[in-house]
Formats: sequence, C-alpha cells, structure tokens
Amino acid sequence: MGFFTRFLIPNPSPVIYTSMVAIGITILLIVFGLTHFKKWFYLWSGWLTTVDHKRIGIMYLIAALLMLFRGGVDAVMMRAQLAIPDNKLLDSQHYNEIFSTHGVVMILFMAMPYIMALMNFVVPLQIGARDVAFPRLNAISFWLFFMGAMLFNISFVIGGSPDAGWSSYFPLAGNEFSPHVGTNYYMIAIQIAGIGTLMTGINFMTTILKMRAPGMKLMRMPMFTWASLVTSVIIIFAFPVLTVALIMGTMDRLFATKFFAMTDGGMDMLWANLFWVWGHPEVYILILPAFGLFSEIIPTFSRRNLYGYRSMVASMVFISIYSFFVWTHHFFTMGQAAYVNSIFSITTMVIAIPTGIKIFNWLFTMWRGRIRFTVPMLYSIGFIPLFTIGGVTGVMLAMSAADYQYHNTMFLVAHFHNVIIPGVVFAVLGAATYYWPKMFGFMLNERLGKWAFWFLTIGFCLAFFPMYITGLDGQARRIYTYSESTGFGPWNMVTFIGTVLMAISFFLIVYTVYYSIRHAPKDVGDDPWDARSLEWATHNPVPEYNFAIIPQVSSREAFWDAKYKGHELFKGDYEKIHMPNNSGGPFIMSCIFFVFGFALVFSIWFLAIMGLIGIFVCMALRSFEIDHGRYISVEEIKETEAKYGGVNK
Amino acid sequence: MKKKWVLLAILSSIGSVLSGCKSLAVLDPKGPQAQTQANVIWLSIAIMAVIVIVVCAILVYVLMKYRDSKLPKDYEPPYIEGNHVVESIIVGVPIIIVVFFSIVSVISNNKVEATPEEYKGQDPLVIYASTSDWKWHFSYPENGIETVNYLYIPTNRPLEFKLYSFGPITSFWVPQLGGQKYAMSNMVTTLHLAADEAGEMMGRNANFSGKGFAENMFHVEAMSQVKFDDWVKEVKATAKPITPEKFNELLKPGHVGQLTFTGTHLKFSPAPEGENAGHHHGSSDTNADSKGGHMEHDHKTNDGNESSEHNHE
Repeated sequence: MGFFTRFLIPNPSPVIYTSMVAIGITILLIVFGLTHFKKWFYLWSGWLTTVDHKRIGIMYLIAALLMLFRGGVDAVMMRAQLAIPDNKLLDSQHYNEIFSTHGVVMILFMAMPYIMALMNFVVPLQIGARDVAFPRLNAISFWLFFMGAMLFNISFVIGGSPDAGWSSYFPLAGNEFSPHVGTNYYMIAIQIAGIGTLMTGINFMTTILKMRAPGMKLMRMPMFTWASLVTSVIIIFAFPVLTVALIMGTMDRLFATKFFAMTDGGMDMLWANLFWVWGHPEVYILILPAFGLFSEIIPTFSRRNLYGYRSMVASMVFISIYSFFVWTHHFFTMGQAAYVNSIFSITTMVIAIPTGIKIFNWLFTMWRGRIRFTVPMLYSIGFIPLFTIGGVTGVMLAMSAADYQYHNTMFLVAHFHNVIIPGVVFAVLGAATYYWPKMFGFMLNERLGKWAFWFLTIGFCLAFFPMYITGLDGQARRIYTYSESTGFGPWNMVTFIGTVLMAISFFLIVYTVYYSIRHAPKDVGDDPWDARSLEWATHNPVPEYNFAIIPQVSSREAFWDAKYKGHELFKGDYEKIHMPNNSGGPFIMSCIFFVFGFALVFSIWFLAIMGLIGIFVCMALRSFEIDHGRYISVEEIKETEAKYGGVNK
Repeated sequence: MKKKWVLLAILSSIGSVLSGCKSLAVLDPKGPQAQTQANVIWLSIAIMAVIVIVVCAILVYVLMKYRDSKLPKDYEPPYIEGNHVVESIIVGVPIIIVVFFSIVSVISNNKVEATPEEYKGQDPLVIYASTSDWKWHFSYPENGIETVNYLYIPTNRPLEFKLYSFGPITSFWVPQLGGQKYAMSNMVTTLHLAADEAGEMMGRNANFSGKGFAENMFHVEAMSQVKFDDWVKEVKATAKPITPEKFNELLKPGHVGQLTFTGTHLKFSPAPEGENAGHHHGSSDTNADSKGGHMEHDHKTNDGNESSEHNHE
C-alpha cells in the first residue's frame, strides 16, 4: 500500500472529488462514443498520426480552448474566494494551488497553443507553402505540448498541484517548503511542453526562411508571417534558458542538488534570474504573433493596406532583441544597486517606443479606410484603447522607484492582465473567428460573436480596473483572504462580477460555435471577408495540399492585387504534388514521454528508466526508417479542384 | 446637448475616483521615501492619462469618420505606404517622453536607495527585520530589544532596515513609509526609510511565501523619539530575554501574536552579512555556525508541518 499513498492528494476537498468523478465520467463517455460510432480508426488515421499543419493547428486550437476552460475555472474560483472579506470558500493551500495552476495553464497551455494553432494553420498558407519544413517534427511538437499539458493537468487529482506560484520561486518551491509532488509536476510538465515549443520555433524559422512562394521576398511577407518569424527566433534563444533552469530545479527536487537551495552555496536569486531571462521574452513570444494577427485583421476590415509596413517590421525586430535586456524589472526589489535598476528601468521604457509606433500604425491603417464592424474587427478595435492602458501602466511599473510600491500588488496583476487579455486573448479570439471559414468552411454567427465580445470587454474592465485601485491601497497579490477593515471588499466584489461576465462570454463563444455548426450556411466561397493575403487564395476549407499550383508573388498584398490589379497568381499547369506520410511515431513517443514524466514526478525509477529507453528506441527507429513521402497524382488534383471550383477563378 | 451630459458624467466620475485616490495607502505617504514614490506615481499617471486620451480620441475620430455606413458608396480607400513626417512624430514624441521618464526614474531610484535628504547627517536607527514562516522578527541592536510582528519606530530620524529571511523570499513593505524590498536567506538587503509623522500603519510581507502568507502582516507605529525611548525603557524593564531555545521555537512555521524580548537573536544567530553571508565561501568558524543554524532549522520544519496546520486553524 505504501507505494500508492504517494498518489493521494495532500489537501482533498469535495470540489476535487467531484472533479475526479467528472473526469472519470468524461473519459468513459469519450471511449464509449468512439466505440459506438466506430471512430477509433478515423481518430487514429485522421488525427493522431497526422502531419498536416492544418490538422495540427486545429488540434492546438481544441487543446487551447480546453485549457482556457480549465484556467478560467481556476480564475472564477479565485475571484469567488476573494469576492467578500474573510471568505471560507477555499483554504489557503487550495487557493495557492489554484493561482499557481491558473498562471501556468493560461500562459503555457492556453495562450501558447492558441498562438501555435494560428501559426500552424496560417503561416504555410500565407507564404504559399504546402506544409511546414519538418512536418513530422511539427507533430512531435504538438504531441509533446499536449502530453505536457495533460501531465500538468492531472496534478490536481493525482498527488497534488504545484503551490509556489507560476514563477515557482525557490526556496519556496524546494522540497523543504513544498514537500508534496506539485512542483515536480511543474518542473517536468513544462519541460516536456517546452521541448515541443523549442522544436516549433526551429520548424517555423526554417519554414518561413526556406519555403516561401517564388517572388515573396522578406519585405513582401504578410505581417503575421513576420511576427511568426521573429517569435520563432525569440523561442530559439529563450526556451533553452527555461530548459536549463527546469533541469536544475528538477535536480534540486529529485536528486538533492543545491542549485537554488539556502545552504551549501545555493542561490535562490539564480532561479529568479533564469526564470525571467526566459519569462520576459516569453511575454513577447505571446504578444508579437498577436500584433501580427491584428495587422492582418485591421487592414482587411479597413479595406486598406497596412500603414507603415517597414516601421512595423523594424519595431518587431527591435522588440525581439530588446526583450532579452529587461528581465530584471521583474525584481527591482531584490536589493541590487540603484544603478542596476536604473539601467533596466530605461531599457524597459524604451520598449514602449516600438510598441507605441505599432499602435499608431494601426490607427493610421483605419484612417481613410472603410471600416466594417465584424467580430474580428471589434476585437481589434477593443484591443487598441485597452492595450494602451496596459502599456502605459507598464511604463509606470518600469519606473523602478515607483515599482517598489507596485511590486507584488494587485496593481501589477491588473497591469499584466491588461496587456495579456486585450493583447493576446482578443487577438486569438478575433483571429479564430477570422480564420474559422478557412479552417471549417463556414462562418461563425456574427450576432452571437458580438454578444460574446461585449460580455468579455465589459467583464474585463470590471474585473481588472478595480485592481489598480486596491493595489495602490496595499492589497498584495496571492493573498487568499483579507479582513473587512482593509476596505478591499467592494472592489473585489466588482472584480468578481466582471469575472462572471467573462465566464458568460466564454460560454457564449462555445455556444456560437455550436449554433454555427447547426445553422450557418456551408457555402461561403473562398474569400468571405474580402481579404488581402495569400491564405485566402485557396479554397475553404483548405484542400490537403493547400495550393494546387504554387502561387507567384509579385507584391506585398499578393491576393488583393490579384483580385483588383490583375496580377496573375497561378501560372502553369497542375503537376503531381509531393506530400509527407502520416506517422504514429510522434504520438507514441509523446505517450512514452508522458509515462516517463509521470514516473519522474513520483520518483518511480524503474518506470522512468524504461520510459527513457523507450524514447531513445523511438528516436533510433526513426533514424533507420526510410520514408520518402508520397505523391498526389494530377488526376487526383483535378478531381479535388473540380469539386471546389478550380483555381484561377 | 446629450453629449455634454455624457462628458460631464465622465469628468465627474474621473474626478471622484481621483479624489478617492488620495486616501489610498500608497498615495497617502507618511515618510519622505513614500512621498518621493507618490510624486513619481502622480506624475506618471498624469502623463500617461494624456497618452491614453490622445489614442482614444484618434480612435474615436477615425471610427466615426471612416465607418462603412457613413461613407459614400463609391468611396475606395487609398493605398498609403507611410509618411516620414508622421512616422518621425510617432517615434519622436515617445522618445521625448521616455527620456523624461528615464531621468525621473534614475533620480528617484537613487533617492529612495539612500538616506532621505531631510535627515542626512543624522545617525540612522538600524533595525534588523527578518522573517520566518510566517512572522516578522524586528531586532533593535542599538537598544538591545527584539519584537515579533510589531514595529515601533521614532519619527524624524532616518531608519535603516536590514532585511533577511530564515525561509522563502519575503518582502518587507510598509506602503505609507515607502516601497518594498526582498528579504532573502544568505544575504542582507538594506531599505532606507523614515517617518515624518506619528501614527499607526499597516506593514506586511508582500512576496508570496506559502500557506500562511495572507496573514503575514505586522503592525507599525511611528512615535516621537521621547515616546520611543520610554517604550524601550519599559520593554527593558518588563520583557524576558530572548534565548536560543525560545528563538528556535519561534522559527517553526506558524503564526504567533505580538511578542517582546530583551536582547536580540543576532547575538547567537547572526544575520547573513559580512563573513556570515551565505555566499562567503571561507571556512571560518562563524560561517560554519550559521550554517549549523540553518540545518537545525531544516530539521525543525520537517516535523513542523503539522504544527503549522494546527496554528493555522
């Protein structure tokens, strides 16, 4: 029995038992459904083994929505606990676990895959390619991310969740102060997902640099592709730091090394530095693709070209470099000398300049345009003022002396939600609506989508603006309770109401999808938004090979110019198309990674060693595998194109 | 007419929020450092508000003027590459703002990292503030007394807090006196503060440190030097001395009320500074001693978990 006690959760509560039952029932229902409808083979051949960037993108999207639900439930529970003073809804340990998982899930398992979903789906189409450079590696990236996310998510029912915050500062995250396995989950699950992300970075950098359609010079690339390229470069430089930090943290917890310990020359400040050397660029890994998405949506619905293309590119490149020189602003209060703080204070404020340029460029794109208020455009319009508020509070936080007062308070919490929600979440929700017809061949209902937008925006303002005030009044972040005499009560109640509105907005979005599947017209044509870039030059939904004929690009807005200026995109005749084969390898190897990670979390060494061997066996098998892909014949292309209506329409 | 009322409503609500701000702890300073920080905060709020208003104004103007429904049917938006004059304005103005803020930031940071101007030349009162899960130990080596979870300070005298921790990273924060600073094991950080007026204030650990973090607060009272001296005298006459046994007992995780002792724990458990610092890699005896102290603490916390839950209830 002793072996099994390790899997018990340290602080059980009725909520957790209920979720255990719910998870069990859901799994049974899925297994039953797949068996009943005889979908196991379809699932395996169509999805689990796929290397198609579009399907991988859709899987990322589904995973991101699931995680948005998970992280959102955490948020609602947190704000419910804080809604009234001296609330007894959650105890301190439970609250600590919830805000820790909320942060990790929202950043790493919601925002990241949502961005990855759009990068995967859109970038190859935007550059006129048939797939990414390394399709199978792409599948490995997804499955590693997915298994990492699942490993992290089972923590709250098996063994207990991490409870040291999403930044997991040592020594609090060490064995002494966090004795249960929660932080092991943190270290290992993020590690597995992080390896996937690193490979995505390599994959997309290669894809964008090497696989663009003929004629698409760097300065003719659509802005989202530019953003993806810059993001990939940041990933390649930033994620190895996280990998190393997590290995050190894992060693500290599992093998009693002293990297971040309080004794024997260990240094807790080292973790904080390594974490934020990765953590700050990570913020830009999220926000730059979001900027790219807005730069696609705003020109389309303003019926105008993007204003200041060159300065948009330059500012992104500038941000990407500068994002590595600001990490210390996450701990101005760690006791370094005033001149160190001054340097990082200035570098941080300097980042506001390129960001400001982008804001004005979007405004000038709308200027003299012809603005249509569609759902994607509403998200982009809402983004501008709200993100500006988030940005200027960022400048306020960058003033190091004042930061001594903002640090660790609700003011800070308000600030970073104020950039991440209008920045990243608005971008991905808007972009998902924008690209929905491209993915599934029908449009999402506009009226319901607008309701969701307004609920989200008003909910956001109610939820986060009061935090600026309570922060300045001394409400520290991460406290699970406060007394009535502090006077934080009414403001926190407003926040809770805002949170509820945001939760309603989530359900409205889900309902929009359901409603649109049932009722939306299935034939929307290839270009329902009257868009400007190449991804709209192919069919809805996109055929397996993306483009029957590789497009020839001769301008920045290739598709727009083809539509209205008579540029010819598709020259020549059909030729047979070389495509990669599906493979079960990535999925199987990632499953073994999951087992390996699980074994490490609970220090089950035999299983861990078996898992490690399994991973190496998978890699060896791949090395000796001969797979030259397959060809789609001209007849087959003709048949498909005839069904869709053909190219060169 | 309607627009005027809307504008008036917005202005009056902004006004009421701003006037409400004056009573917020951070914006209601009781010392020179907090005053400096409050000034920086007000200045940045003002300039930032202008930026937000400008952006919103441009946005509203553009949305009003160029929406699809307002435009003539045959209006076709032009192709505009960019404009050097416009671009130099949207780069230039932010650069000026950032340069200005950089200067403010550097000056104010140096100010709060030193003894306050008004009190330069005075001998500062040094107070060692250390944390253990989840309490604050304040040692007054000059006066030879120690308190737990409450802090009495004299007004009109510079204060020098020496911060360190017996466990996770914590952060010493008295919003009305000045911004926070981390307390860590292995090294001592210094925070310069001073109180201009007498009164009671809230102080807390602002950095998340586990289960008992929310309640990890302390009571601060600033009083005149005379009253402060009286209090020290009274403590010396009535309180019991702090002993290594008693102190180790206190280090166990949990919550305790306010306690007062004569003597300080620094005598037998010195702060991690100078040759006692964690990153001092010499092998002097004192160094070994301080490590021994930590290890003893390690043992204690293992069996201390239960008692901490106990205390927590």
